[in-house]
Amino acid sequence: MQEPNSAFLWPDAPEADKYSVCVHCGFCLEVCPTYQQLGDENHSPRGRVYLIKQAAEGVLPLDESVVDPVFTCLDCRACETVCPSGVQVGALIEEARGQVFHAAPARGWKGLIQRFFLRAVFPKPRRLKLLAGLLRFYQRSGLQRWVRKLRLLAVLPKHLREMEAILPKVPDRRAIDALPPEIPATGSTDKGVAGLFTGCVMDVFFADVNQATARVAARNGWRVRVPKDQLCCGALQVHAGDRDMARQMARRNIDVFLASGADRIIINAAGCGAALKEYPALFRDDPVYREKAEQFSARVRDISELLVESGFEPPQGEVPRTIAYHDACHLCHAQQVRTQPRTLLGAIPGLCLVEMADSDRCCGSAGIYNLTHPEMAGALLERKMDDLPDGIDGVAMGNPGCMMQLMVGAHRRQADVEILHTVELLDLAYQREEVGTR
Amino acid sequence: MTSSRANDAHLIEFLTDLFGPSRVLCRPHQLAAYECDGYVAQTGLPRAVVFPETTDEVAQVVRYLHEHEVPFLPRGAGTGLSGGAMPRNGEVVISLVRMNKLLRVDFDNLRAVVQPGHVNLQLTRKISAQGYYYAPDPSSQSVCTIGGNLAENAGGSHCLKYGVTTNHIVAAKVVLPTGDVVDIGAEFGDALGYDLLGLVVGSEGTLGIATEITVKILKKPEAVRTALAMFDTVADAADTVTDIIGAGIIPAAIEMMDQLAMQAVDKSNYHVGYPKDIEAVLLIEVDGMAAGLEDVAAEIVHICHKHNVRTVKVAASDEERALWWSSRKMAFGATGRISPDYIVQDGVIPRTKLSQVMARIQQLSEESGLRIANVFHAGDGNLHPLICYDSRVPGQTELATRVGSEILKACVDAGGSITGEHGVGVEKIEEMRYMFDDTDLAAQAAVRQVFNPADLCNAGKLIPKPARCAEVKHMQRLIEQHAEVFRDLEDQTLTLRS
Ligand SMILES: Cc1cc2nc3c(=O)[nH]c(=O)nc-3n(C[C@H](O)[C@H](O)[C@H](O)COP(=O)(O)OP(=O)(O)OC[C@H]3O[C@@H](n4cnc5c(N)ncnc54)[C@H](O)[C@@H]3O)c2cc1C
Ligand code: SF4
Ligand code: SF4
Repeated sequence: MQEPNSAFLWPDAPEADKYSVCVHCGFCLEVCPTYQQLGDENHSPRGRVYLIKQAAEGVLPLDESVVDPVFTCLDCRACETVCPSGVQVGALIEEARGQVFHAAPARGWKGLIQRFFLRAVFPKPRRLKLLAGLLRFYQRSGLQRWVRKLRLLAVLPKHLREMEAILPKVPDRRAIDALPPEIPATGSTDKGVAGLFTGCVMDVFFADVNQATARVAARNGWRVRVPKDQLCCGALQVHAGDRDMARQMARRNIDVFLASGADRIIINAAGCGAALKEYPALFRDDPVYREKAEQFSARVRDISELLVESGFEPPQGEVPRTIAYHDACHLCHAQQVRTQPRTLLGAIPGLCLVEMADSDRCCGSAGIYNLTHPEMAGALLERKMDDLPDGIDGVAMGNPGCMMQLMVGAHRRQADVEILHTVELLDLAYQREEVGTR
Repeated sequence: MTSSRANDAHLIEFLTDLFGPSRVLCRPHQLAAYECDGYVAQTGLPRAVVFPETTDEVAQVVRYLHEHEVPFLPRGAGTGLSGGAMPRNGEVVISLVRMNKLLRVDFDNLRAVVQPGHVNLQLTRKISAQGYYYAPDPSSQSVCTIGGNLAENAGGSHCLKYGVTTNHIVAAKVVLPTGDVVDIGAEFGDALGYDLLGLVVGSEGTLGIATEITVKILKKPEAVRTALAMFDTVADAADTVTDIIGAGIIPAAIEMMDQLAMQAVDKSNYHVGYPKDIEAVLLIEVDGMAAGLEDVAAEIVHICHKHNVRTVKVAASDEERALWWSSRKMAFGATGRISPDYIVQDGVIPRTKLSQVMARIQQLSEESGLRIANVFHAGDGNLHPLICYDSRVPGQTELATRVGSEILKACVDAGGSITGEHGVGVEKIEEMRYMFDDTDLAAQAAVRQVFNPADLCNAGKLIPKPARCAEVKHMQRLIEQHAEVFRDLEDQTLTLRS
C-alpha cells in the first residue's frame, strides 16, 4: 500500500487516501495556532500534510524536518473545522507520530515523560492510584510546604515549577473508588443506563467533576454505572505516537463498557471523549475489534451532549456569577460540541455567560504538550489569558488539561478567576434548588 | 542543483547574521513546504526562506541578493492560484507573513496603513466595531495577505460594485528589486508623475516588494439583503444576471455555482442542501441605505421569477447569510471532496456570452473526459472553471492543463481575457501570447527592465520572454510528437533493469 521508498516503514502508516485529499488551498493557515505564532508553513496544517505526503512518497526522510513539525502540532484540530476538503489532519498527525515512535522513541525530558507516564503509570490502574496517593501525601503532609520553602524545586524547568504551584488539591478519593457501581436515577423518567468513564487526570485531580457528572446524569433520568475495571482512554498515548499501548487500553475499555450494558457512555473530558469516539480508527486493520469499537463509539457522548440530546431539567437554583466559556479543542473541533455546553450554562438562573474572543483557539495545554513544548504552550496561554473578558469571575470548560493550563495562567497573572468545569456549575444549580436557593 | 546552491555558505552566513537562525530556513529538507502555492501543478525548491520584520530588513536582504545575483521572490500566504509565489529558479523566498501589523487607522479620512503580511479579513475584523470595513474580498480573504492582494490586484465577490484591489490602495512603500526603497501613490489626492502605483498593483511581485500599504476603508452599509435563487438551467440564471443589471440595480455581488460545484460544497462542513436537479444557483446581494433596500430585494425576486426560478429566498438571519457565503467562498477548497486534484481557471468574458462559453466548457469536459465544476463572479463575467483531475493517473495533469488553456482561449475568442483576478504567474504565461503580440509583450518587458534590471525578482513569471517562449513551445511540440517513443523507451529501460 505504501510507496516503495516510503519513509514510513511500520504498520499503521498515514494513508494516501487521507493526505491526498488536501488541495493546498490554504484556508487552514489562519486558524492554526502554531502557524499564527511562527508564520512558518512547515508549522501549518497544509505544510504538515505536505511533509507527511512527501515522507510517505519517499521524497523526504523521516528526519527532523518532518518530525519537528509533526510534534509541534497541538493536535487541536482547528484546521479540520475550516478545511473545506475534509482533510483529517489529526489522524494523519497521530499516524505519523506512530511512525516516529517506532523509528526513534523520544529521549530526554520528553522521553522520560513518555515512558514514565504513558507506559508505566496511566495504563496501570494500581500505579495511577498510587500516584494519586503520593501526590495527596505530598500536598497534605506538609512536604509540599517544605519543598517549596527550601527551594528544592529550583532544579525543575520553569514551566514544571509553575505546574507544581497550581496543582489542584488532590481530592481524598478518586471517583472510581468512591462512587458505587450503580447510582439509581433520581429524576422522574428512566432513560436507560449511562456508563461513566472516569478518566485518569480528571479522576486524580478533579474527582469532584466526576462526582458532579454522575449526580447530574442521575438527576436527569439516567442510571449511572461505573465499571471498576476500566482504564485510562489512551488519548495521550495516541498523541505521543504509542499506538500499540493505546490499542491495549482501548481493547479493555471496549470490552468492559460493552459488557456493562451501558446504552450511553458518558465522559466529561474533551480529549478522552474524542479518543473514545475515534477508537475505530485505531482498529482499522483489526477485523474483530473494529466492529466492537464502532459499537462502543456510537454510544459515547460528552456529558453536555448527552443532556441536550436526551433532554435535561432546567435547574431552579441560582448561581449568580459572570462566566466566560472556553471551547476545549477536542470538544469543539474534534467532536463538534459547541452549543450544548452553552445551552447548559444558559439554563442556569442568575448565571451571566460572556462570550470571549477566539474562544475556540487552543490554550496550549494539548495533552502533555505544555510539558514537551513549554515555549509554544506558554505563548498560547498568554494569548488565551489576554482574551478573557473583563468583569468575569470564572471560566468554564470541558477538559481537565485546559483546566490545569488556565489555572497556571491565572496563577501567573494573579488573576481572580475561578477555573471550572461546565458540569460543576450545573450541578451547583441543582444542589441549590434542593436546599432552596442559597 | 538546488541543494548545492543551498549550501552557498556566504549567502547563508549573511542571511543568518541578518535575521538570526530562527528566521532563516535553509536546510534542504526544511524547504519542501515552500515548493508551491495554491497552484500545485508545478513545484520548485527555494534556496532559502527568510522572515523579515521591517522594511529595512527587506531592503538589506534585497540589496545583498541583487549585488550577488541571487534570484528571490516575495511571498504572502501562498494562496496564489497561478504559481506566482512558486520558486522556479532556486529563489530565496522572502516571506512577509511576520510583517502583519496594522500600523495606523484614520477613521475620519477613511484610511488604514498595514504591513504587507496583514491578512485581508483581519483588517475588517479590527475596524468593524467602529462600523468600517475593507471592501476587496477574495474568497481566500480569511488567509490571503494584503501584500499578495496588491501584487495580484485581487478581486472578490463584492468587486462588482466596489471595484478590485487597485481601487482601494492609494499608496505603498516598495522595496525595488535593487534594494532601493520608494514611496509611490499618495495618501490623498492624485499622485504626480507616472502612475507607478497603478503599475505596481497587479505586477505579481515582479516590480518590487510592498512593505507598507495604505488602503481605503469604507463605512459599513446600513443594510444588506441577500437572496439565494435556484435555476433549472444555466441560461435562465445567466439571463437573470443580465436583467438585474439591466434594470439599473448594481448589486454588491452576484455569484453563480453550477451543479458540480454545489455537490462539492454540500459534501463539506459548509452544507446548504442544494437540490440535486438544478443546474445553477445564484447568490445575489444588495446593500446600501436601509430605506428602499427592501424594494430592491423584492425587485430582484421578481426578476428571478420572470426567468423561471425554481425557488428564491431572501436570507432570514445573519447565520443563514453567513452559511450561503461560506458555501460560495469555500467552493474551490471543497472541490477536494469530489476530486483528488483540480486546476482553477480564471477567465473573463462579456456577461452576455455566458451561455455560449459555458457550452464550450461543457464540450471540452466531454471531449477530455474530465469533470469541470463552475463557480463565477457572474456579475463581472469572471469565470472559475474547476478542472478536476487525478495527478496519479499518468498524463492527466497535462490533459487538465491543456483543457484549461483551451478554456482561456475560448474566453479570449469571446472578447474577454485570460485572467480576471488570479494573475498570470507561471500558469497562464503561455496564454499571454494568445492575447498579446510580440510588440505588446516587448513594451511590458521594457517596463519590467526598468524596475527589475537583472530580472532577479520573481523571474519567469507574468511575461513570457518572446524568444524563449517560442523555444519552449517548439520543445513542447517536439515532446508531444515523440511522447510515444519516449514512453516506449522508458518501458524498455524498466524491463532491462528488472
Ligand atoms: C480557495 C481560494 C480562493 C481564491 N479566491 C480568490 C478570489 O476570489 N479573488 C482573487 O482575486 N483571488 C482569489 N484567490 C487567489 C489568491 O488568494 C489571491 O491571488 C491573493 O491575492 C494571494 O495572496 P497571498 O497573500 O496568498 O499571496 P501569495 O500567493 O503568497 O503571492 C501571490 C503573488 O504576490 C507576490 N507577492 C506577495 N506578497 C507581495 C508583496 N508584499 N509585494 C509584492 N509582491 C508580493 C508573490 O510573489 C506572488 O507573485 C483564491 C485562492 C484560493 C486558494
Ligand atoms: S484547508 Fe484543507 S485542503 Fe486546504 S490546505 Fe488546509 S488541509 Fe489542505
Ligand atoms: S491540529 Fe491544530 S496545531 Fe495541528 S495543524 Fe491543525 S490547527 Fe495546527
